[in-house]
Amino acid sequence: MRVELKNITKRFGPVVANKGVDLTIEPGEVLGLLGENGAGKSTLMNVLCGLYAPTEGEIFIDGKSVTFDGPGDAIRAGIGMVHQHFMLVPVFSVAENVVLGVEPTGRLDHLDLATARAEVRQLSEDYGLAVDPDATIETLPVGVQQRVEIIKVLFRSADVLILDEPTAVLTPQEVDEFFQIVRSLCDAGKAIVFITHKLNEILEVSDRISVIRRGEIVGSGDPKELTRPELAEMMVGHPVDFNVARAPYAPREVILDISDLTVLRDDGAVAVDNLSLKVRSGEVVGIAGVQGNGQSALIEALAGLRRVASGSVHFDGMDITNASPRARHRMGIAHIPEDRQRAGLIGNFTVAENMVLDTYYGPPFAKGASIDWGRVHDDAARVAEEYDVRTPSVDAAAAHLSGGNQQKLIVARELSRDTRFVIAGQPTRGLDVGSIAFIHAQLMAARDEGDGLLIVSSELDEIMSVSDRILVMFKGRIVAEYAPHIAPVDKGEIGLAMAGAGP
Amino acid sequence: MSDAMDKATHGRLLGRTQVEDLVIVPLFAFVAALILGAVVMATTGVDLATIGTSYVALVKGSVGSVNAVSETLTAAAPLVLAGLGLALGFRAGLFNIGAEGQVVMGGLAAVVAGVALGDLPAIIALPGALLAGALTGAFYAGIAGWLRAVTGAHEVISTIMLNLISFRLLDYLLSTPLIQKEGRADPISKSVPDAAELPRLLTFIDANLRVHAGIFLMLIMVGVAYWLLFRSKLGFEFRAAGENPVAARFAGMNASLTIILAMAIAGALAGLAGANQTLGVLDRATPGFSAGIGFNAIAVALMGRSHPVGVLLAGILFGALEAGGRQMQVDAGVSIDLIAIIQSLIIVFIAAPLLVKALFPWGFRREGSE
Ligand SMILES: Nc1ncnc2c1ncn2[C@@H]1O[C@H](COP(=O)(O)OP(=O)(O)O)[C@@H](O)[C@H]1O
Ligand SMILES: [Mg+2]
Repeated sequence: MRVELKNITKRFGPVVANKGVDLTIEPGEVLGLLGENGAGKSTLMNVLCGLYAPTEGEIFIDGKSVTFDGPGDAIRAGIGMVHQHFMLVPVFSVAENVVLGVEPTGRLDHLDLATARAEVRQLSEDYGLAVDPDATIETLPVGVQQRVEIIKVLFRSADVLILDEPTAVLTPQEVDEFFQIVRSLCDAGKAIVFITHKLNEILEVSDRISVIRRGEIVGSGDPKELTRPELAEMMVGHPVDFNVARAPYAPREVILDISDLTVLRDDGAVAVDNLSLKVRSGEVVGIAGVQGNGQSALIEALAGLRRVASGSVHFDGMDITNASPRARHRMGIAHIPEDRQRAGLIGNFTVAENMVLDTYYGPPFAKGASIDWGRVHDDAARVAEEYDVRTPSVDAAAAHLSGGNQQKLIVARELSRDTRFVIAGQPTRGLDVGSIAFIHAQLMAARDEGDGLLIVSSELDEIMSVSDRILVMFKGRIVAEYAPHIAPVDKGEIGLAMAGAGP
Repeated sequence: MSDAMDKATHGRLLGRTQVEDLVIVPLFAFVAALILGAVVMATTGVDLATIGTSYVALVKGSVGSVNAVSETLTAAAPLVLAGLGLALGFRAGLFNIGAEGQVVMGGLAAVVAGVALGDLPAIIALPGALLAGALTGAFYAGIAGWLRAVTGAHEVISTIMLNLISFRLLDYLLSTPLIQKEGRADPISKSVPDAAELPRLLTFIDANLRVHAGIFLMLIMVGVAYWLLFRSKLGFEFRAAGENPVAARFAGMNASLTIILAMAIAGALAGLAGANQTLGVLDRATPGFSAGIGFNAIAVALMGRSHPVGVLLAGILFGALEAGGRQMQVDAGVSIDLIAIIQSLIIVFIAAPLLVKALFPWGFRREGSE
């Protein structure tokens, strides 16, 4: 089945999300759709899957013009979409979720789950999805939930599968498995639209690439002929420098000294297991690891947000094992939290308010018991400018900013004051290349000024490009250490260590 | 004050969305409730003429004369005071159902302090009695805050229980020799001495006009609450904790302290509302003197969108409904319960802004046309 989009334009009031887009989707082929956040990828695909009616333009299936009056029409025509945000009922089983809306019924409206379960099992086998039809959704890891979404679409006999930023929620291992699934779907003759803003991924899995910027297709091509810098330039509209510039490695005294640290999870299980590490001023220590190996607990313990079960943390010679978050903050420890939406920002607060979320209480912002909002406002405007936080004004609610700008706001808040140490969790997760480059540059600037940095990321590429020393965390322990400044480091080797198969 | 500061804080009062939220939705909710109130009357056999008379009486009894305005303001003052406290709590993410109990404890403490200080000059006796009311209310609410912060006990449950305790405690204390009026067998407190009374303001026009100095207290507290919420460090912490407690904690704010302080300040304001009643209107404490003020104040805080100015307006509206409702009963013979129905309908409509927008689409900006 061949699907063509011709001259599709979609407006939301004054916002033009897609402008005159032409796109062809061929069976047995993976079409990679690359674009920054807000480029219009989801909107375009929502038009194709019948969720939005196009303002202008037409869709053709095998040469015949079609119009969809909702996702039901599209799926009957064989076009199904796995959305960025899953649409599963957490307390239902896999099979129940799969049949939701198209329940096979027997006599007297009796729900025929047996057939559904058999079919789910069959689909799971055919495409190597490894999903148990009887598992309850909420007990499944995100990666498996995603495969349930894929089964849902396959169950409705889709020939065209649209996958909207499917890798955003996956660990590196899961990404590899996911790509195998994409290949097997493709081999079975399905057409796949794979949406992402990550260059490596699109080069790895696509048969053909189209790049969308500000709602328009700005280029297409063969992944074998396109390079990362070319794609990046098409995506953002200007050349992007991938090399993180930095001064030569010149570490000074040990500033953070963690010894025999044990931290428990909320349920009492050991998250950080007797871990020791040191970070020096002027160096970046990157912690690689598959998510869920205790990195979050480690960061929280270092930021004073989680109680330490045993062991100690010393900062510049002082014991801060039990110091409050604010006390650490005052010593010059900055913290860029992993989960920016939940922990880093208050969405309904203005940019200015968010900018002083952890500095409002002292000079120059506080005067006695009150806050000098004039001062806050002026300072926020200056810092927002300096850190390239793009916002209509610092009075706009932080929730209205794009992900990249939200993260730049947090980085601005944490790094614009006098810092000596920076803890950063997943500092660029889900961001566009422009924001990633900017944030990396800011972190490197902090390093070159003599700060110590501890960066946790599940994106191995990020760890490799920013770290002076790389530690691999597995099951709460450091299982491997690499020193890229001494000898080049093999990515595959780190990957193995992350999976627990290290030396 | 700088222009920038005006933008940073007044913005939330004057922006189009804020106006919709603070004024237009409540206004339409009120209109819709009046219409539905008329329907309720009609379906219960009240004829059209009487419905007309009732609503005329509602206006007459609330703003139609000096006495009507005096009654409206008298009824509004405690609602606004307690409503401000609840609004602060809501902003901090606390659903305090305990204003009623805090009104009881504060009102009673004000009487006790007033009696004790009665021989001193008014300049000491009155502030002393008010302070006693505020502190007792703060302490009583602080218990719920402390339970929440330290043990995680939800404030909705604990404040409901504290309400029940306060009712019985009042009945009991009113019969103890220290508090009970001399020579009385029924539960009633000693009278508040003149020095500790909130003076009436308009007795020079008519000795029966009840409006008293509590309305100044009310206005001052609106200003204080506004400053606290939008200008102070503490208010920033309250709002942060209410909007996103995780981010507040990550930013180094002390969650437990915020909860306890927010509850205590809410309790202080409710305690002042109680003191306002015992020192300004009743001159004594009697069983059930709180008369649902703490519960109606929840509605006032919701209608006022937890904004001090909104609470002031909503409190005056509810005061007007109460004063007008009494007139309605006299003139049209319609039960005052109808007022309770209308008040409740207002809250239902406010809680469902989408319904209000659907009913009165022309009052609102179109979706998505920023
Ligand atoms: N329902 C909507 N109403 C108004 N604007 C929208 C809506 N959905 C998307 N947009 C706007 O359209 C543009 C493209 O968004 P989207 O398709 O989600 O981008 P992407 O998926 O590439 O990140 C953005 O500027 C976004 O703000
Ligand atoms: Mg998208």
